[in-house]
This record gives sequence, structure tokens and C-alpha cells, in this order.
Amino acid sequence: MDLQTIWFLLWGLLWAIFFMTDGFDFGVGILYPFLGKSNEDRRIMINAIGPLWDGNEVWLITAGGVTFAAFPLLYAVMFSSLYSALMLILFALILRGVSFEFRGHIDNHIWRKIWDFCIFTGSVTPAILFGVAFANIYQGIPIDANGVYQGNLFTLLNPYGILGGLVYLTFFMIHGAIWLAIRTEGDLQERASIAADKLWPVVLVMATVFLIYSKFATSLYNNYFAYPILFAVILITVTALVGIKLFLVKRNFFRAWFASALTIVGATFFGVIGLYPNMFPSSINADFNITVHNAASSPLTLKIMLVVVIIFVPVVIGYQIWAYNLFKGKVTAEDLTY
Amino acid sequence: MDVVMLSRLQFAAATMFHFLFVPLTLGLSFLVAYMETKYVTTGEEMYLSMTKFWGKLFLINFAIGIVTGITLEFQFGTNWSRYSAFMGDIFGSLLAIEATVAFFLESTLIGVWVFGWKKLSKKAHAIVMWLIALAGTTSAIWILTANGWMQHPVGYTIRNDRAEVVDFAAVLLNKFAILEFFHTVAGAYVLSGFFVMGISAYHLLKKQHIEFFTKSFKIGLVFGLAASIFVAVEGDMHGIHVTEVQPAKLAAMEAHWETTNRAPIHLFAIPDEKNEKNLIEIGSIPGLLSFLGYHDINATVKGLKDFPADERPPVLITFIAFRTMVALGTYFILITLTGVYLRNRLIENPLYLKVMLYSIPLPYLAIQCGWVLAEVGRQPWIVYGIMKTSDAVSPIATSQVAFSLIGFLVVYGLLGAVAFYLIAKNAQKGPVLNHQE
Repeated sequence: MDLQTIWFLLWGLLWAIFFMTDGFDFGVGILYPFLGKSNEDRRIMINAIGPLWDGNEVWLITAGGVTFAAFPLLYAVMFSSLYSALMLILFALILRGVSFEFRGHIDNHIWRKIWDFCIFTGSVTPAILFGVAFANIYQGIPIDANGVYQGNLFTLLNPYGILGGLVYLTFFMIHGAIWLAIRTEGDLQERASIAADKLWPVVLVMATVFLIYSKFATSLYNNYFAYPILFAVILITVTALVGIKLFLVKRNFFRAWFASALTIVGATFFGVIGLYPNMFPSSINADFNITVHNAASSPLTLKIMLVVVIIFVPVVIGYQIWAYNLFKGKVTAEDLTY
Repeated sequence: MDVVMLSRLQFAAATMFHFLFVPLTLGLSFLVAYMETKYVTTGEEMYLSMTKFWGKLFLINFAIGIVTGITLEFQFGTNWSRYSAFMGDIFGSLLAIEATVAFFLESTLIGVWVFGWKKLSKKAHAIVMWLIALAGTTSAIWILTANGWMQHPVGYTIRNDRAEVVDFAAVLLNKFAILEFFHTVAGAYVLSGFFVMGISAYHLLKKQHIEFFTKSFKIGLVFGLAASIFVAVEGDMHGIHVTEVQPAKLAAMEAHWETTNRAPIHLFAIPDEKNEKNLIEIGSIPGLLSFLGYHDINATVKGLKDFPADERPPVLITFIAFRTMVALGTYFILITLTGVYLRNRLIENPLYLKVMLYSIPLPYLAIQCGWVLAEVGRQPWIVYGIMKTSDAVSPIATSQVAFSLIGFLVVYGLLGAVAFYLIAKNAQKGPVLNHQE
């Protein structure tokens, strides 16, 4: 495997970990107004993700940073083409992040309402827009020979793009509901597990439609038919999706969460593998595609970065697992921080 | 306005706003770590209250710092895509390393610190804050290595229509970046020291929590004094290096138009960029500019007229920013030295306390001026000598940037107002003392 391909897989992996980790934060934020009936419920929900969301969001920064470092041309074309969508995502993430900190500072009903709104909006916007963006990338983006985008925000809101948004939205919602079931007890836990139960068939339908629609809207399957062994990725993802249901029935929320995490990682790789060697295909002309090869940095930079990533990413995963382990218990009314 | 100007304004707004909050976290994290360590070693409840009081103010700043940091990274791709494609091989890797080796640690541990009071031993909890402080500093090293490279690019070659790294060690050991790192971090420590002293002064003026805030004041004083002296001495070294590698910036800093030996510094002047001269020059000290730039009063300093007109930075802004920064830096040393003299009778000197209270915003101003000098003074280049800012912008519609710029101004304006309101509210409320009252 050449350096560029290794980096392509790492690139996919970083996005997948971001969706897997911050995905449940988004899910909790989306379910927040619906499951959080009382102020105490809502505080428990915030505290359920409070210790971890910061570290989770850094996977996005790292995914972005690695795109910049390893595939500068992709970074340039992708981020400038998706300008408006990314700006909306950034504003949403800013509002979500400060809301957790600000909400508890003043004991006032309206004050809390404002930040409650920001938590919900700040979670639902990136959940949908990341889905819209990635589905459009799978499908191809109207970029010309110079990588200049020939559309606007609404160009992205085509049927396949919207479907992608809904897939991500529902995946993150079920992922968040299961996380809440792990970290809460009593009524709130009951409501979270019912939400997960109700979401599962929706997720199943979304995933199925997406897998079928992708055959017509994209050329993702070309790689799969060329190397049928790759269908294993789809098989594992679907198995994990079914696993969510099996573990939910048994009320084993830890395992259900691992299953939904695997579903999200698998779904990300379903698209990433299908793209290769493209990273940002042009819907105007295949000659304008941004590929692993024309976007990659110099071999020296790729090697330096590979050393950094091979040493530090396992270290990061190590201390994040330690942090997760520290906060896997139930959040109770007594130990609320925010 | 065109895309270049709008994108510059947006980047300036996002960066300056980000850096209203980050410097305090760089310094206060060490102070909070020190306070918590004192608590662990002495067992005195007062130090626990200190940790929690200053820690709370730290966290409000941290929250804004972290969410506004993402915007900065992403803007290189959204607004400066030509820059990103051209410079990503070097610049992108520095940002990616920053996230991987530093930002992850800082962000993961902040959650552990906030929520982990009952889950960790006292000792482990204090260590977490030390690690947060170290990770923040490490983060600054990488970011300033990236900025230092834009100021003074080294270790690269132009190949395949872009800048590619050939000597990564040279990029890491870039003298400009190292000087910039120490200057920025020391400036952040000055700000943190003044923040702690100013808020302590507020309570001492009201004669409340006297022991608590006298101790806090002294911690801030030691920190602030050391940093104020360091930042000035280091700034002088930085100035000499700027003279060597960015002569146009030096000339603009001093509104120095004609190439002369024994070049003067004007304490006050009004530069007239159209007619390439200064309208008024007051308090000119002959030879001082030559001395500052070369440590030799007879040295020749190149004037702005000897740079092509399209390679000169905006003179007025650069000139004012530099002067304000230096004047404030001098003030910081004098006022902290006064504090050392008065340290054991602070409460009897309400005037001094009042001065310190109203001095809180000054290091903020000095730091912003420093960045204006660094960035505006580098113009018209985005990477000095290699790429002009006007060639770096994304090929996107003006309307898109106009909308996002308005969005930033509105969102950041509101956030800033809320954040400073909450900081002031918590600062005024004072500590929760368990062991007395």
C-alpha cells in the first residue's frame, strides 16, 4: 500500500471516530428538549456528556488538520466549496459549546431557555449538515478544472444529499439515546431506552434506502464489485445495526452502544472505501476529481505526519478510554456540576 | 469591498476575538495548578477556595477559547483556499500536530478536571490541572511555529507549484517562531497576572476576604512582574530579529521613510502614506532606531521609500500598534514594581488598588496591538516574501463572505458580551469560603 493510500484510510478513520464520539453528543443535544422534561432532567443530560464532549470535538479538529496536512488541495477545494454549510456548522458548534458552560450560571427561566435552544440547534445543525456534505461528496460536487465550486448552499440540498442528512441525524439520535440510557437512571433512562427502541426501525429504513439509493446516485459500489471482499464492510455494518436491536431488547445498553458505534464507523467507511481513489469527485467532469494522488502532500510530509500519528493517536485513544471509564457511571442529582 | 478585504476582516475578527480569551487560560491554568498544589501540600481550605474561585473564571474563558479555535483552523480552508493548497504541506502539518499532541490532551483533561473532583484523588486532580497548563503551552508552541513560518519561512522549496518541506528541523527551530512563542506566552502571563491582581484589588478596596485576596494579589504580582520584565527584554531581541528578516515591518513600525544612518525614533508622529512623509514629528531621539534595530547608534536603517510601494505594510496602523504596545509594556513594569514596594500594605493604598483594578483591560489591549503589529506589519504578504495575501484568498462569492462576516460579528458580539458579563459577575461575587464566615 502506498503512503497516499495509508493516509486516505487514516483520513477516513479520523472522520469515523469523530462521528462515533461527538455523534452521541449531538444525539443527546437533539433529544434534549424531548426527553428532558424537568430542569433536573436537562441538567443530568448535560452532565451525561459534559466531561467528554470537549475531547470528542477535537476529533473534528484533527480530521480537519489532517486533511490540511496530508491533502492540502482537498482541504482547499472541500472547505471553500462547502463554505456556507461549514460556516453554519461552525456557528452551531460554537453555540452548543458555550451553552453547556453558560446555562448554569444564572438561575433564570428565560436564560435557561435561550441556552436550551442553542444546545438543540447547535446539535441538530451539524448532525444534518455533515450528512448532507458527505452524501454530496459521494455523489460528486460541481467543481471545475480549477477546483472552483459552481453551486451554492442549496445545490447541496438535493434528494440524495437530504437523505444523507437524515441518515446521520437518525444514527446520531439513536447513538445518543443509548448513551443516555447508560448514564441515567429512573424515568429518564426509561424514556431514553424507549426513544432508542422507537428510533431503531427508522434507522433501519434510512440505512436500507441509503444503501439502495447509493447504487443509483453514486459510483460508490464500483470498488465493491471490483473487490467483492469489500462487501464485508457493509455486512459488518448491517450486522452491527441489527445488533443494536438485539442488545436493546436485552437492555444491555453498553453493548448496544458499541453496536451503534460500530454502525457509525462502518457507515463512514462504506462511503470512504467507495470513493477511493477519489476524495472529492467532480460532478462536471471526472478529470477534475480531487484524488488521493493529486491532493497529497509531499512524501516527506506524509512520512513525518505518519510518525506523529502512529505515536500520538494511540496515546490519545488511551487517555480518552481512561476518561470514558472514569465517567461511565450513572449521573445522579447529587453530583451535578452544571 | 472585495473578497480579499472581507476575508481579512473576518479572519481578524475571529482571531482577535479568540485571543481575548486564550491568553488568560495560558497563564491562569498555571496559577490555578499552583493554588491546587498548595491545597494538596498544606491542606489549607483557603487554597481550595482559591482553586475553585479562579478556576471558575478560567473555565468561562476556556469555553470560549476552545469553540472559537475551531473557526480559525477551518477558515484557512474556507476563506484562504489558495493559501491552503500552496502552503498546506508545511503549515497544515503544524496545525495537525498541534491538535494531535496538545489540543487533545487539554480538551480531554478539562472535562476530567471539571467533573472529576470526587472521582480522582486530590493529588491526581491537581496533576490534571498541571497537565492542562502544559498542554496549553505546547499548543501555543505549535501554533506559533505555524505563524512564525508565515512571518519568516524556512526549510522549504517551491516544487510542484507549492511550498514543500525539505528541512523539518529548520521549521521547528525557526528563530522567529521561537522568539514569537516566548513573547506571546509571556504577554499572556502579564495579562493573567494583571487579571488576578485587578480582581483582588476590587475586593481589597471593599475590604472583603482580605486574607484570600491579599494572597491572590501576591501570586498575581510575582507572576505579573516576572512576565512584564521578561516580555520587554525578550521583545528587544525579537525587534532585532524583525529588523534582520522583515525590514519593511521595522520601517513601518517607526514611520521611517528615508534610508539613513543614526536613524531616529519619534515619540509621536503622524505618518502621511500618500506623500511618503510624516506630517508631524515630536520628540525625535537620534540614533535610537539604529540602536534598537542593530544595537549600534550609527547603523543604517532602510527607509520605506526604498521598498517598492506595493511591498510596504500599512504604516499608520503598524506605527500606532507598536507604540501602544511598548508604552503599555513599560507601564506594566513600573506599576508592578510599585506593587512590590507596597506589597505588605496594599489595603492602606486604595489609590494603588484602584489603579490596578482599572489596569485589567490594558494587557488585553497590549496583546491585541502586538498581533496587529505582527500581522498587519507583514502585509502585503501572507507568507513573507513568497505569497501575497491577495493571491491567497478562496475563489468564492463576495456575498458568501459578507454573510459569514456579519454572522461572526453578531454571534461573537453577543458571546463576548455574555462572557464578560459572566466573568465580571463571578469575579464580583467572590469566593465561597468553607472554613470561615
